[in-house]
Amino acid sequence: MASNGINDRVAVVGMGCTRFGERWDQSSDDLLLDAVGECLDSAAGVRCDDVDAYWLGTLNSGQSGLTLSRPLALDYKPVTRVENYCATGSEAFRNACYAVASGAYDRVMAVGVEKLKDSGFSGLLRADPPSDGTAPELSITAPAAFSLLDPAYCTKYGVDEGAMRQAMTHVAWKNHRNGALNPKAQFQAEVSRAKIEAAPTVAGRLGVFDCSGVSDGAAAALIVRAEDALNYTDHPMYVKGLSLTAGPMRGGMDPAYDFTTFPEVERAARDAYAQAGIDDPLEALSFAEVHDCFTPTEIVLMEDLGFSPRGQSWKDVLAGDFDLDGRLPINPDGGLKSFGHPVGASGLRMLYEAYLQFRGQAGKRQLADPRLAMTHNLGGRPGGCVSFVSIVGNELG
Amino acid sequence: MSHELQAYAAYVPSWRIADVSRGNRVVAAFDEDSTTMGTQAAGALLRGAGSGAAVPTLYFATTSPAYLDKTNATAIHAALGLERGSFAADVVGSARSGVAAMRAAEAEGGLAVLADVRTGRPGSADEKLGGDGAAAFLFGPGDGVARVLARRSLTSEFLDRWRLPSSTTGEQWEERFGFEEYADLVRTAAAEVLADAELDEADHVVLTSPNSAVTKRAGNVVKGTLSTTGSPIGHAGAADVGLGLAAVLDVAGPDETILLVSAADGCDALLLRTTDLLAERRQASPVTAQLASSREVDQLTYLSWRGLLEREMPRRPEPDRPAAPPSGRAAGWKFGFNGSRCTACQMVHLPPHRVCRNCGAQDAMAVVPGTRLVGTVATYTVDRLAFSPSPPVVVVVVDFDGGGRASLELADADPADLAVGGRVELTFRRFFTAGNVRNYFWKARPLVEAAAEGSN
Repeated sequence: MASNGINDRVAVVGMGCTRFGERWDQSSDDLLLDAVGECLDSAAGVRCDDVDAYWLGTLNSGQSGLTLSRPLALDYKPVTRVENYCATGSEAFRNACYAVASGAYDRVMAVGVEKLKDSGFSGLLRADPPSDGTAPELSITAPAAFSLLDPAYCTKYGVDEGAMRQAMTHVAWKNHRNGALNPKAQFQAEVSRAKIEAAPTVAGRLGVFDCSGVSDGAAAALIVRAEDALNYTDHPMYVKGLSLTAGPMRGGMDPAYDFTTFPEVERAARDAYAQAGIDDPLEALSFAEVHDCFTPTEIVLMEDLGFSPRGQSWKDVLAGDFDLDGRLPINPDGGLKSFGHPVGASGLRMLYEAYLQFRGQAGKRQLADPRLAMTHNLGGRPGGCVSFVSIVGNELG
Repeated sequence: MSHELQAYAAYVPSWRIADVSRGNRVVAAFDEDSTTMGTQAAGALLRGAGSGAAVPTLYFATTSPAYLDKTNATAIHAALGLERGSFAADVVGSARSGVAAMRAAEAEGGLAVLADVRTGRPGSADEKLGGDGAAAFLFGPGDGVARVLARRSLTSEFLDRWRLPSSTTGEQWEERFGFEEYADLVRTAAAEVLADAELDEADHVVLTSPNSAVTKRAGNVVKGTLSTTGSPIGHAGAADVGLGLAAVLDVAGPDETILLVSAADGCDALLLRTTDLLAERRQASPVTAQLASSREVDQLTYLSWRGLLEREMPRRPEPDRPAAPPSGRAAGWKFGFNGSRCTACQMVHLPPHRVCRNCGAQDAMAVVPGTRLVGTVATYTVDRLAFSPSPPVVVVVVDFDGGGRASLELADADPADLAVGGRVELTFRRFFTAGNVRNYFWKARPLVEAAAEGSN
């Protein structure tokens, strides 16, 4: 893969993130205003007008740049609306970073929003083009598609079903435990292992607590040239690597695909590590925010991202390697499990945790001396998805 | 007539209403209709007959058409992968439509497909005594499994069974009135057709009628030397006469006569003689075997399948209706499950794709005809979130013999029977109806015709 990367060329100097949840009290406009407002407040006196261009990520909560320019009453600014499934928020960020790195703009903002709860429906809504009515996605739910990871993983690596269940439970338990320490999470309570395992079944062996929630939220990031960063803040977050892959959707029709990996994630990680000059991610990274849409997803991701050898992540999960006090804390903010998944906002919410951790503002979740972090999304299904990986750090070089 | 009966097959759906007719009431699943069941029967017939079978015409008979103003036989034609040059038309309306389709197919050479979903109001005789099913018969030149010796048809106008086009459930006059009318018609037609063939009695008699008194007293009206039977599943509308004939062909010996009598708005008598070829060309899965393989559905669920009871819907949006242009462009896939095979690297694509996902070759694909595919369950899951009139939805990832993989719903499935490595075949189903458009596509189902595996 041929990425030149933009290592250390841009920096995040301000961020905002709303509380995620069933925000009956707030419209998409309100959420956007709050996220953008916090973002600007944190970056020494920057006003909306000082921002040269905007990227807005949303799956379904509006179309076009007008979805942002109208609530902010922007003064004829360039606003680009971005959509890329569950990587939508990250994709707004990625493209905004490139705009600064290219020299086209000095100050840009990436904003993401999703209002999932207004529809009255449960789960994500799809807005598909007119079709022939044959796509499996039309009748097979996302939990069902991801539930296939569990038996496939057990079969391939000879993992006892009970042990795999414990590992899935540990992922949910850990992420809720982290989320209990986060005042912006949708769910701010620990959930016992017994409760996780006793929850009603959704698909395969996935219970309710093996699935991420459904919520509303928004988040924003102000991005400037790295050399200008200290003009805005004493604690810039530098972008080390950004990668995105969109798979050919081969696994769904290829008998060789075994449902124990996301090739898109593996390749996105490889690309991002190369851009950031990382050889051993487990050693180099201080923590990672990954796309824990379902508990077996996080287990498989630990291998695709290079944190565990193939077939070993379930053990590492159970050994506590990825707990808040483990070797590599995963989802210290509580993850999708605790935040729900307002699609356009999630990727930026992950970056917000990195931003807080680097500033020492992560409260009870604060990690000791974090220097380098990863955020990761995937959108789609096992066998065919898009995947995003970023590497961010708190110092240059 | 120069066309003999070349092959036949019946389709009996898996479901029985638990609380009705001692659990023997055969009902189509929520995702089946006359078009899908007809496809199932005709597909089984063509699989058994081999790929060389010529099907210049297709007549589809039903009293429960999925559409009006649009030919339903075209969907069956597409699902069977028939040539564009073959004629396909519906014969819609009454039990006699089944006879009409068979007469036309025999006269012209071709396929008669008979299928019906018979719905009765809760507690009615039709709910108890009806049956849903399908049968298909292929007529053609050359030696067949049976040839027609003689026929006789009588027509009579009287009110016995009727239904307004706007209703799914029908009406019946006091059945003894119809019986009197039919008894005379049946005796006359049977006597005349036997006389034509210079026979005193047929070896087998099959008498079917929408009037249950006629079938109950069949033995008093006309009798066969070896057997006298009626519908094997309860009155199945336009399919009834076909299911009756198929059940007799399952057991009849060579060189035996079969008198097929349908008493519906008159009487049609057809006298057939079986040949030596019958034994080797019987359908792979006999009617009795299909009847024995069943699952129960409780009555309330069944009523909701038929729209006679409205259930609470999930908090999910209604599905979009399938759009005509994309459905038309993808007709080979949607109706025929036709995939593509890369001629450069042999990777099979389901659905077909212009650029090979393995080697990248563009527009180097050959068609892989799909409807006879069988495969193996690579993995599966039970989806308790997806909306279904018969939850839970079972999802199987199927690796097909000869290449290709697809994620499909498993039809008529008991999750308890699932296993990786299980063998499945394809079954044409109606996924849902949205915006008054029927959404047809394929599901997997456990391979029924194990015997057919070797011949493919």
